[in-house]
Amino acid sequence: MTSALAEDTPTVVLRGIVKRFPGVTANDGANLEVRKGEIHALLGENGAGKTSLMNVLYGIYHPDEGGIWLDGQPVTIHSPQDAIRLGIGMIHQQFRLVQNHSVAENVVLGLREALLFPDQKARAQILELSKKYGMKVDPDARIWQLSAGEQQRVEILKALYRGAKILIMDEPTSMLTPGETDELLHVLRRMTAEGYTVIFITHKLEEVIAASDRVTVMRRGKSIATLETAQTTQRELARLMVGRDVLFRLDKQPVEAGAPVLEIKGLHVVSDKGLPAVVDLGLEVRAGEIFGIAGVSGNGQRELVEAIAGLRPISGGRILVNSKDVTHASPRARIEHGIGFVPGERWMALIPGMSIADNMILKNYARPPIGNGLFLDQELIGAYTDGLIEAYAIATPDRHTPIKRLSGGNIQRALLARELSGKPALLIVAQPTSGLDVGATETIWQLLLAERERGTAVLLISDDLKETLSLSDRTAVIFEGQIMGQFATEEADLEQISLMMAGALRADVRLEIRN
Amino acid sequence: MRIPRIRIEKRLSTPRWLPVASLIVALALAMLTIAVIFYVLGVNPIVAFQRIFRGGFGSAFGLRETVTKSIPLILIGVGLALAFKGRMYNIGAEGQLLVGAIFATGMQRFFPTWPAFLLLPAMFFAGFLGGALWAIIPALLKTRFRMDEVLTSLMLVYVANEAVKYLVYGPWRGTDTRGFPITDEFPAAAQIPSLVGSRIHYPTLILAILFAVLVYFLLARTKLGYEIRVTGENPAAAHYAGMDYQKVALLVMVISGGLAGLAGMGEVAGIHYRLRPPEAISPGYGFTAIIVAWLARLNPLAAILSAFLFGGLLVGGDAIQIALNLPAATVQLFNGVILLFVIAAELFNQYRLRLEV
Repeated sequence: MTSALAEDTPTVVLRGIVKRFPGVTANDGANLEVRKGEIHALLGENGAGKTSLMNVLYGIYHPDEGGIWLDGQPVTIHSPQDAIRLGIGMIHQQFRLVQNHSVAENVVLGLREALLFPDQKARAQILELSKKYGMKVDPDARIWQLSAGEQQRVEILKALYRGAKILIMDEPTSMLTPGETDELLHVLRRMTAEGYTVIFITHKLEEVIAASDRVTVMRRGKSIATLETAQTTQRELARLMVGRDVLFRLDKQPVEAGAPVLEIKGLHVVSDKGLPAVVDLGLEVRAGEIFGIAGVSGNGQRELVEAIAGLRPISGGRILVNSKDVTHASPRARIEHGIGFVPGERWMALIPGMSIADNMILKNYARPPIGNGLFLDQELIGAYTDGLIEAYAIATPDRHTPIKRLSGGNIQRALLARELSGKPALLIVAQPTSGLDVGATETIWQLLLAERERGTAVLLISDDLKETLSLSDRTAVIFEGQIMGQFATEEADLEQISLMMAGALRADVRLEIRN
Repeated sequence: MRIPRIRIEKRLSTPRWLPVASLIVALALAMLTIAVIFYVLGVNPIVAFQRIFRGGFGSAFGLRETVTKSIPLILIGVGLALAFKGRMYNIGAEGQLLVGAIFATGMQRFFPTWPAFLLLPAMFFAGFLGGALWAIIPALLKTRFRMDEVLTSLMLVYVANEAVKYLVYGPWRGTDTRGFPITDEFPAAAQIPSLVGSRIHYPTLILAILFAVLVYFLLARTKLGYEIRVTGENPAAAHYAGMDYQKVALLVMVISGGLAGLAGMGEVAGIHYRLRPPEAISPGYGFTAIIVAWLARLNPLAAILSAFLFGGLLVGGDAIQIALNLPAATVQLFNGVILLFVIAAELFNQYRLRLEV
């Protein structure tokens, strides 16, 4: 049957895939054609629908509409088990390995063929596979002893051992060092030479150019274009990825920016893994302005805001708030200095199982009037919470309801209500509208603009470029922990921003800060 | 062929009745399991349950004994409820009880001539101090070196055990004990008074109930209690709000250890009037209290009730040991089975099972 196949019949075809979630359409008629033996990049911003499309192919999601063809045959994939049977393997961004087990044990885990766990035959096969494709792995090493790159090799071996011919890799380089990235690309080349097919999801233009044969660009759940990599440029890809969408017109009052509230000088912060996450970063946010930081997630945004909020040690540089040095101040002291913080991971700032009232006093419970000597003023807490529920129109049965019962938009509104009620001098907001529907997004934006008019300095971090550009007075682009450039938002050039986000362009930042 | 699978799904919300219902079902299943064990041992389960109930709650004598045994269980259970709320898994209350007993015994040895109104409070204080010191070791190891408090607190139980043995076999062995490994009887001023005709050392009981109420208010009404609850529910949020995790960890361990130490003081000065080998001082109150705290869903007031229940189970268990000729470990078996089911039931408050074919 395969021999009868025409040379150019694609090995994977996804056509008209629609996948809806409550409030969101992740895939809106997406198409994808992948040829046998190629490395195919799936490029797009966060939320463009890349991962969800691949989850459809791997049987994790069931599409609401559309179909899948493998080597010209229509197939229905109910589960990852089905996908594996059809020769499809997927390597997720977060590895799924048992830390205390050996490499060989992880590779055969869940397969029922062998009585011994793992038997000699399996070990031999693992060694052979790893040798064949140049993946150095010790089958007896424990997972926790391995670097991210080595763990990824184990994941690849797992897929190959299960007979995968088509390998889906979700952001395969996000956890890797540059050296490991090169090694991975080398391995993938050897595999495609043997007839394997690789689809990899990425938002890094550089990688698309360096590694792929063809690329499909996705935007807002749709596939925009499929191109031969050799015949395109980073610039063209960036334009396709971001699109020429008209920005939302927001009713922004002109506000004269005041004195600098937040000043960051030469900041260095390391990530949880001990790698540099923020490198020699400087910026300034003034009273009455929204300063946006654009960038692909995972480029040091999280480390930056956590360092400002005092939740992460600073390895170099200085942070000033209203000219006071808070570089090494405790989180509590920073709260007292007027820093409000809405983190991207909402549950870091809320206690899911506790009532709305208990959540609303998280920042001010220790001070009078809420904190009264050793005690909490229960009556005042009630009045205060009810006041916030009314002022911010938080939809809830009452203040005793556990906050996790509220809808996403109401949870975010409650969080903002708490942070704003402290009348912060500096408000840090990360991903303020991620996961929210259009209506909820609108309210959150209005709240942020009102805060700006009140004279608060707002530092906005968002993966959603449109949001950053719609709200910010000034915007900076971050890439690998460094500011690639900053500008007044009305002068922003989308193409330039895209290139900066992908690390392909850098303006001389320091000069701009000085003036 | 597809094998039907059971999938565990997170519940979006927990109905109000569910925690109570799951607790009742858990207890019923635990009873059923225990019934099977009785049956295997060749005992009619219904007869056995009747005997246990009658032994613990069915007579004036039984009730008095049950109250006596619930005194240490309330003290320790309340402390553990607090520690667990603050996410410090103190498993070593048994050791803290023993060190409290040692300190209280030491106090009356050093000041044997003090009058009761001075000596007893001093001994209670010493008992609290001993338990607190024993609990602060795992707390410091946790906050300084991130060592797991479950392991360290449990290991320290054995150290405390050996320490008691060393004292009663060695330097503190009594002169009028005919060779038994026990200390001399405490002077009258160092004996906690009991209700007439019982072993209920009521000052300790009053103290236990007082602490249950205090800890309840600490958790519900104070800044510190709020910090403990937040830290326990979501350490990341506590950090975010600038709470001092070390303070919370040390404090809940000091209080829970101290209360266990008070329980130890109550046993040596209210029941035995001597320091005796560890297994004679406590039939595992420190471990049983873990179940007391969980069964009470970490509510200090509810812990009074669950302590009473387990006190009765201890007494009733003793009764059937003798009457039905069962091994001494039977009661511990009950405890284990009940704990297993109560903790497993917690899962169903957060998750539900779905059968997939």
